Amino acid sequence: MFRAHWWAAVATVARLVGDLEVAEDAVQDACAAALTQWPAAGIPGQPRAWLISVARHKATDRLRRERRRPGKETSAALEVTAPGPEDWVSRADDELGLIFACCHPALDPAVRVPLTLRSVCGLGTAEIAATFLVPEPTMAQRLVRAKRKIRQAGIALRVPSPSELPDRLGGVLRVVYLVFTAGHKPASGEAVVRGDLCEQAIRLARALTTLLPGEPEVTGLLALLLLTDARRGARVSDAGDLVLLADQDRARWDQAKITEGAARLGQALRAQRPGAYQIQAAIAGCHCTAASAADTDWPEIAALYGELLRYEPTPVVAANRAAAVAMAEGPAAGLALLDGIGTDRRLARWPQLHIARGELLCRLGRRRDAARAYQTALDLAPAAPEREFIGRRIRELAG
Amino acid sequence: MRYLFLLYGPDGPLPAPGSPEGQQMISEWRAATDAMARAGVLIDCAPLQPPSAATTVQVRGGETLLTDGPAAEIKEQFGGYTLVDCADLDEALRWAATVPTAFSGSVEVRPVVQIPDSAGEVPG
Repeated sequence: MFRAHWWAAVATVARLVGDLEVAEDAVQDACAAALTQWPAAGIPGQPRAWLISVARHKATDRLRRERRRPGKETSAALEVTAPGPEDWVSRADDELGLIFACCHPALDPAVRVPLTLRSVCGLGTAEIAATFLVPEPTMAQRLVRAKRKIRQAGIALRVPSPSELPDRLGGVLRVVYLVFTAGHKPASGEAVVRGDLCEQAIRLARALTTLLPGEPEVTGLLALLLLTDARRGARVSDAGDLVLLADQDRARWDQAKITEGAARLGQALRAQRPGAYQIQAAIAGCHCTAASAADTDWPEIAALYGELLRYEPTPVVAANRAAAVAMAEGPAAGLALLDGIGTDRRLARWPQLHIARGELLCRLGRRRDAARAYQTALDLAPAAPEREFIGRRIRELAG
Repeated sequence: MRYLFLLYGPDGPLPAPGSPEGQQMISEWRAATDAMARAGVLIDCAPLQPPSAATTVQVRGGETLLTDGPAAEIKEQFGGYTLVDCADLDEALRWAATVPTAFSGSVEVRPVVQIPDSAGEVPG
């Protein structure tokens, strides 16, 4: 109920009082007040305006109290003026300004995703701490420090100027993508998929497309997330194991998401300003629209990965391209590409590279080499679902 | 000749505002800076926000790199300062990236604490 209003409420109150930390605490208090008052008095006609007005009063009271304390450090927050009637209305620019501040390049990259989950999505600190596998007090302290930096360093809660926008937008899209990845592929821990985080990321991407309709990479990101999330229901077996794309029951893919994702991708591509998210969405689209694994258009996917390399020349993209080439031209061609990448010491420690090698070696009939590649992957301590998968493969090869 | 005094204090929280220790600290600072002002030697002085509020700017190959926190590379030494008045951090970072030191070393952008004057007005 409150999550739908959280982003707008925090953003509007932060603009009115000039302090994110105070605004967020005040909105939290306003939600608590609503929980006790609404059941008896009924839900107000405009719940968002109600929350904003109550939170603003709480925030102003707190700032007045702090101002009376002598010698208290001052901030721009003290310039609280009486709002005009239009100030109560939340504005699209407030919401954008808040997410751009949470993803600001002057903040520690590691805190941008948790801060966005807290300040924009309204997730609780305990929930965020569990996602990143740190104790709650540690996460709480990181979040407070980041919000304090925003205030002390004068990071403005505003939309960047047109000349800054391309760079800064990239930072915001990256955070949204990482929120999705945290749900789609938890780095460690026992959960195979965290659907709630996937939904949050899609919600953020959807809101950004409304706020910035002229940016094809924003629409491309939404398309990518929809086309990837469409397969969520088939990615985990009833026993809780990860299921490979080729083995997934395509009847369990979410057709509504695929249809919307494909439409969004088409809309993004029409702007003729391609980018990494649009290309990744196109790759996801190739998988989603294939009637069966055998019908997948691998030459097209290999070509798209080649294109993606121009935007993201990383070993991970190169490895994915090698896997697609193996499907298009045969395992030997893919293996040659993978072995070339394996000389990169950083990538050699990436379990997925060795899983991919194992798969290709299997297909070439080199069972002993394949088992060795899987063992290397296992030694690199992958996440729990992948551990299960590799263990199964090693047992199959031994049997 | 002008001299910049670099003030290195102990790590940890300052005395609570309004506490006797806090009031004593303020009056000691007032006494010292008022004396320098009366003698006509004081140009400007201000405390800084903590290192956690700092952002470090480097320009390499035409790209501006931002890092959360103070400049930590020990082989670089503090060699000067520039005091600017900007609307927000983005503007300050843009100017910091134009300082020659940003190309050869690092520029740590540390916000200055704004102290209200006796009428309670925050300058700038």
